Amino acid sequence: MRYTTIQLTDRVNNAIRRKMRSLTATGLISGVILGLAGCVQVAAPDKPIVINLNINIKQEVVYRLDGDAKDLINEEADIF
Amino acid sequence: MFEYMKNNKALSVLGGLALTAVVAAPVMAQRDPAYAAARSSGAIGEKPDGYLGFPTSPSGATSALVKDLNIKRKAAYTRKAQATNSTVEQFAFTSGCNLIMRTTPGEKYQAPDGSWQTRTSAAPQRDARCP
Repeated sequence: MRYTTIQLTDRVNNAIRRKMRSLTATGLISGVILGLAGCVQVAAPDKPIVINLNINIKQEVVYRLDGDAKDLINEEADIF
Repeated sequence: MFEYMKNNKALSVLGGLALTAVVAAPVMAQRDPAYAAARSSGAIGEKPDGYLGFPTSPSGATSALVKDLNIKRKAAYTRKAQATNSTVEQFAFTSGCNLIMRTTPGEKYQAPDGSWQTRTSAAPQRDARCP
């Protein structure tokens, strides 16, 4: 009598484990799918990258060159 | 004798400096009258990239004038870019910031959105990266 009780508990236990495992698997898969969907959305912007050339000129570079640019304009006033 | 030579050397350095100043004066020439006239009439304007452009379609003479000046500017930018370890575009752009700032009221310049503007006494519209 006691033996069967234990067996029953085992069976219930296994069933619960199986259920949990499948739940974890579906959870993982749906998580991955959701993640992928998110990635695709972020990478999606398909507009032409026109401003890209301008990004080569950073503000810090402009600040560094400002003095030399002023000198040049003063030195060669005939072409500026 | 040695003392005299020393003094003489200092004198000759001074003389050399004075001579350089005299020789350098004509090199720092002002704008060609045709260029100055085209600027003030608005036929030529300053662009944010450091070169000259046309707010309206140019005459042949104006076009040639601008082409010549832009070639000279590019040569100057290239020389300075090498000296400052930067790219020609970076140096030209920085110069463009300054050149637009230096336009006088009535002269034309190109705003960051590409439109041509007439300079007023107010500050010109410049790129956000301009100092």
